[in-house]
Amino acid sequence: MASLSIESLRKSYGSVEIIKGVDLTITDGEFVVFVGPSGCGKSTLLRMIAGLEEITSGELKIGGTVVNDLAPKERGIAMVFQSYALYPHKTVYDNMAFGLQIAKVDKAEIDAKVRDAARILKMEHLLDRRPNQLSGGQRQRVAIGRAIVRNPQVFLFDEPLSNLDAALRVTMRAELAKLHRDLGATMIYVTHDQVEAMTLADTIVVFEGGVIRQAGSPLELYHQPRNTFVAGFIGSPKMNLLPVTVVAATADSVTVAAPWMTAHLTVPVEPGRLAPGSAATLGIRPEHMAAGSETGLITGQVTLVERLGHQTIVEVAAGEGAGVTALIDGTRMTAVGSTLPLTFSGDDVHLFDADGVAAVRLKVPEIARARRERPAA
Amino acid sequence: MPKKRSSLHDQSRPALVLMAPAGLLIFVFIIAPFLLSLGLSFTNQRLVPNPNLPTSFQGFSNYLRLFGNAEFWQSFRNTFTFALLVVPLQSALALGAAMLVNSRLPARNVFRGIFFLPTVLTMVVVVVIWSNLFQINGFFNAVIQAVTFGAHPGFDWLANPALAMPSIVLVSVWQGFGFQMVIYLAGLQGINPELYEAARVDGASRWQEFWAVTMPGLRNTHIFVVVTTTILALKLFAQVDLLTKGGPLGSTQTVVRLIYETGFRKGQVGVAAALSVVFFLVVLAISVGQRVFLKEDREVA
Ligand SMILES: Nc1ncnc2c1ncn2[C@@H]1O[C@H](COP(=O)(O)OP(=O)(O)O)[C@@H](O)[C@H]1O
Ligand SMILES: [Mg+2]
Repeated sequence: MASLSIESLRKSYGSVEIIKGVDLTITDGEFVVFVGPSGCGKSTLLRMIAGLEEITSGELKIGGTVVNDLAPKERGIAMVFQSYALYPHKTVYDNMAFGLQIAKVDKAEIDAKVRDAARILKMEHLLDRRPNQLSGGQRQRVAIGRAIVRNPQVFLFDEPLSNLDAALRVTMRAELAKLHRDLGATMIYVTHDQVEAMTLADTIVVFEGGVIRQAGSPLELYHQPRNTFVAGFIGSPKMNLLPVTVVAATADSVTVAAPWMTAHLTVPVEPGRLAPGSAATLGIRPEHMAAGSETGLITGQVTLVERLGHQTIVEVAAGEGAGVTALIDGTRMTAVGSTLPLTFSGDDVHLFDADGVAAVRLKVPEIARARRERPAA
Repeated sequence: MPKKRSSLHDQSRPALVLMAPAGLLIFVFIIAPFLLSLGLSFTNQRLVPNPNLPTSFQGFSNYLRLFGNAEFWQSFRNTFTFALLVVPLQSALALGAAMLVNSRLPARNVFRGIFFLPTVLTMVVVVVIWSNLFQINGFFNAVIQAVTFGAHPGFDWLANPALAMPSIVLVSVWQGFGFQMVIYLAGLQGINPELYEAARVDGASRWQEFWAVTMPGLRNTHIFVVVTTTILALKLFAQVDLLTKGGPLGSTQTVVRLIYETGFRKGQVGVAAALSVVFFLVVLAISVGQRVFLKEDREVA
């Protein structure tokens, strides 16, 4: 197992820069998830770590050694590909053994390692099959098995579950989490699925356009997004981001007003650059809103109702144009066209300055600071 | 009522109607000529009818005459030697060229064009070019003289019984490999690129990668290329007729050219028909054999 450090890493294809200076430190045994919109460079960065893509500039260290110029097999990594990339004509056994066979490892040792990996993944009965005789989930397992057999310092996954159906994805997600606990290995995992990121990660790294927008624990990103991009990216349904004007600022709070709000709202944040009169963005998560009885901070016509059972997603027209999404109690009687008052607390909301940078929140739930306790490996 | 229902679901009539045009063409241009040849092969039919020697039934005498004829066996030997040389050489060259063109070479499009060029030239043009290269004072001998500093005068390529067939093979491979290259290129582009990356992570060398990923990935392509190239090779005619006329000493005579000579030069249509029938059955057996032994992998993971 090993730590990994990335320093001002860049990647260009010709004159197009894809990775624009990434700095990141990953500790030994950490499960790191890269998320971000499609095309932001997650796979490219992962492939640079794997050694499949040349590094244009910057430094990459695995276990303290600079590996910029090492071939993939010399980096102590193993990779699980999105398409699984199993050799179609080889049996499951040979798919897993291939790397060791090439390295001329002793036959008995190969056998022990392959069988061990098969046991971990509960697929001993599949060893003689070929990939086209396996289901998607089984192929996935073989791909992971092939990685385990390499006994790598760092596991790399590129959207490994995206080709599976929803139910299987949930199962495999739990198995991956268990695998990480059992092996205690450093893992880097690329996904665009928020749930995978939130449930698997020790650290989530959010990318946009080839730069890191924020890195932190899942709940840190949820409770303390550093900018509007991360705020909008983490959480589902998406956080509402609405324009407001600062009316007052003290050392530990900022009061804002907006035409779509029926009253002023005081938010417990460090004011930073938010001076009275300046424009700002108010971020309210749909789940932090509730349907009021008669009056609310927002009152407007309901334009969309989606009933999930225990909760209902409503969209309310607040002022001109701005629609607000709220996740309200599933038993609340509402219908499209009716008027619905919405309430929320200043303690739950986020404030961003004109550049989209978050003001530091002063009342954050304790859980946002908690790190997941790791088993002694 | 049940009758009406079944006619609604019975699709054999529309199927027959839809197959009819293709079936008609196959009958007129393949089955009927074969049956005609089969009929003629039992006669002494001549190209120009001889009033003194009317066409009559001859039984198997044409076949017996063929099997006792050394030229017949030599032409078969030559044709199969040619196929056994051309199929692997041309396939290997085509695969090599396809891999070169498929790589990230900066000039790959130029190569693609150059490699494909011979394929669009007709064989006659190709032969004109190559017959000049093969001349006594042509390019190949000039090269031999240059590298041996004049010690070796070179060869009379097309007049030497040992070199004539290899020379024909060379021309044919050069003319034909561009087509197979395009097929291999399509095959290569159908291989999942992540497989190459997986092989690199596994530590495979280029050579190991070729055997672990490229060759198995091209299985169906190989089968197609081998089957089509074999049939094309067995039909060898134009190069030989233009370069050596089957000589020297019959060392490049092929079955198709022998059919042509027998039927149109000597006018022995009956014998030529018998030869055609034998050749047809042999080619059919080879094609069926290849189909049976080279099963395509239909399900590709
Ligand atoms: N070989 C390449 N040449 C040029 N551009 C590339 C190449 N590979 C990837 N890109 C570009 O790099 C960007 C990032 O791609 P990628 O890392 O795959 O994104 P994602 O975050 O979706 O995994 C994309 O805009 C893609 O078009
Ligand atoms: Mg990707």
